[in-house]
Amino acid sequence: MVNIKINDVEYQVPENITVLEACRYAGIRIPTLCYLKDINQIGACRICVVEVKGARSLVAACTHPINEGMEIYTNSPAVRKSRKMSLELILSTHEKKCLSCVRSQNCELQTLAAEFGCDETAYEGEREEYPLDTSTEYLIRDNNKCILCRRCVAACKNQHVGVIGANERGFKTHIATAFELGLKDVPCVACGQCIAVCPVGALREKDEIDNVLEAINNPEKHVVVATAPAVRVAIGEEFGYPVGTNTKGKMVTALKKLGFDKVFDVNFTADLTIMEEGTEFLERLSNGGTLPMITSCSPGWVKFCEHYYPELLPNLSSCKSPQQMFGAVIKTYYAEKNGIDPKDIYMVSVMPCTAKKFEKTRDDQAAAGVADIDAVLTTRELARMIKRAGIMYQTLSDEEFDNPLGVGTGAGVIFGATGGVMEAALRTVAEIVDKKELENLEFTAVRGVEGIKEASYTIGGNEVKVAVASGLSNAKILMDKIKNGECDYHFIEIMGCPGGCVNGGGQPIVPADIRNVIDIRAVRAASIYEEDKNLPIRKSHENPIIKEIYADYFEKPGSHKAHDALHTKYVKRDRY
Amino acid sequence: MSQKVTEKVPFNGTKEQEEKLLAVIAEHKGMNGALMPVLQKAQDIYGYLPFEVQKIIAEGLECSLEEVYGVVTFYSQFSLNPKGKYKIGVCLGTACYVKGSGKILEKIQENLNLAVGECTPDGKFSLEATRCIGACGLAPVFTINDDVYGRVTEDEIDGILAKYKE
Repeated sequence: MVNIKINDVEYQVPENITVLEACRYAGIRIPTLCYLKDINQIGACRICVVEVKGARSLVAACTHPINEGMEIYTNSPAVRKSRKMSLELILSTHEKKCLSCVRSQNCELQTLAAEFGCDETAYEGEREEYPLDTSTEYLIRDNNKCILCRRCVAACKNQHVGVIGANERGFKTHIATAFELGLKDVPCVACGQCIAVCPVGALREKDEIDNVLEAINNPEKHVVVATAPAVRVAIGEEFGYPVGTNTKGKMVTALKKLGFDKVFDVNFTADLTIMEEGTEFLERLSNGGTLPMITSCSPGWVKFCEHYYPELLPNLSSCKSPQQMFGAVIKTYYAEKNGIDPKDIYMVSVMPCTAKKFEKTRDDQAAAGVADIDAVLTTRELARMIKRAGIMYQTLSDEEFDNPLGVGTGAGVIFGATGGVMEAALRTVAEIVDKKELENLEFTAVRGVEGIKEASYTIGGNEVKVAVASGLSNAKILMDKIKNGECDYHFIEIMGCPGGCVNGGGQPIVPADIRNVIDIRAVRAASIYEEDKNLPIRKSHENPIIKEIYADYFEKPGSHKAHDALHTKYVKRDRY
Repeated sequence: MSQKVTEKVPFNGTKEQEEKLLAVIAEHKGMNGALMPVLQKAQDIYGYLPFEVQKIIAEGLECSLEEVYGVVTFYSQFSLNPKGKYKIGVCLGTACYVKGSGKILEKIQENLNLAVGECTPDGKFSLEATRCIGACGLAPVFTINDDVYGRVTEDEIDGILAKYKE
């Protein structure tokens, strides 16, 4: 411990921490803009400056280490003046289209400018006009709103993708790709982590709300919506609920009020994925197939593998993701059963993910000859739709998903957190192989936010080694091990985003002030596991509708018919 | 995807140049701050740093292409464009500027349809705006390789350039 003074009050704080962290011990919040815990710590924006006695100038609290006897002032006239001026200088070159900005009221720059009483016209800076990058199916980059904090650059590098960075220098500095290419022409994996960390409106998803509304208003269209597991524990944040609150019932009610003809649960096809993937795994295990088998639910991960590890594509499970399986089931089984022409069905999925917008445009995702999925809304887009429709979310009663494809198990819901797919698969594979009921359903070794988790289980008398990774830097570590023959796993789960889908690039954006003190990945995941615990059925193979769909339609897991509709192929993609 | 990067002057690096570059990369790989010396040597080898060269460097040093490109565009000493057979330098030092070298530069750009820092597609002319070259007495002044043109007027530009176009 070291002794320091903050604003003339003495404190004892742990060694080796920064001024910013020390101030938190003293109950003082230092405003930040470029700093984001675990992602970006570069002291660039100068908003977090404080006065340190004896220092030549103001210091950046986010990077400055404390030492014995340090005296810090966090609210002196010099500090206030400097912070305000830094903000006004940032505003001088910022495109201040706040009225129509997607991040208005959830913009860290706007919040700070109001907090410091800034005059947004204090300085008139010379501005470069930048064209928008709209080249991809999933996101829009708008450098006119960029404040050069470099959080997106850090998040992209953190994913071991690194396709965006700072180009040129001085006033011409801007965030872009190599050779100013569109994101479509660089090996971007569509994970959307850059959006999730952007403090302003410089990055956003490509909005599909208008397409969905048009379909809802078209009487010819039968419009079906299905929501992913991770959406229910995050969407409440858009309506003032604490991080991780599960508002599933209100979300379902809101979707019905929006006019969707059917509101289903992607948990159902998470269960279906387990049946198909579990069968595929057992087949590979007994017939000498390519091992380790790696999950294919996360489209950001799949695209990463296609760009960076094409030699390991045979290791990927051939299963479509739960989203694509859902679309396939709706346009084949459901269409047939209800006598609807698949062409007249408009299938919408609500996802915590931007890469899902890319995934729906992949080849070989049209089980009924029409696209499996017609539109993908992120959690944020659904929240905007609900607000726009004047639906008072907090006052809604709880409703249930429609039958029959609204039935999902605990195994399905945990797909939303890192380790969940593995745990769900183990629950089913263990029972099918050992032909007896599991005593303990909770495979806790594969839970938690650590980047890489390993475990080993005895199934059918044989040892099965598994690994779970989330975040693509961690995926890279495992892939390098496989390539170099340094591991002997049988089954690996990989999620593109750190912490899995709960922290996906399409989830509500949590400002740095909150992210710096709570781990949103862990809090949202806890809510997911709570739902699993409280569900009557917690194993995919016990889902009654799953049994029905195989009996009525797909025959058995891994059948020819199942393969046609529910499995897919991968392609090697260039980097540049 | 490489066809997405359009370079005005087609890349025509040789096998020998590539071997030299790979040797430089091998020598620096794993070192901290390897990128700068590798880029400097690569520019010595090729004269400039086009897409193809940056791609070899990114793959060799196992870093992203954007990281390489970001450094190349940060330092003005690195060039994305080759130098022409005739290197034109227009002095924008104070004396020349006051004497109207800005207009001379504009006129040359117009005549050759060429932006500062770039090279004509036939590889003949490249254009730089330079700082003071120490010939203030001749202001406004510009150079083509070792030929110095002093006290020039806008009207003379077309005639001077015509000599080199033959």
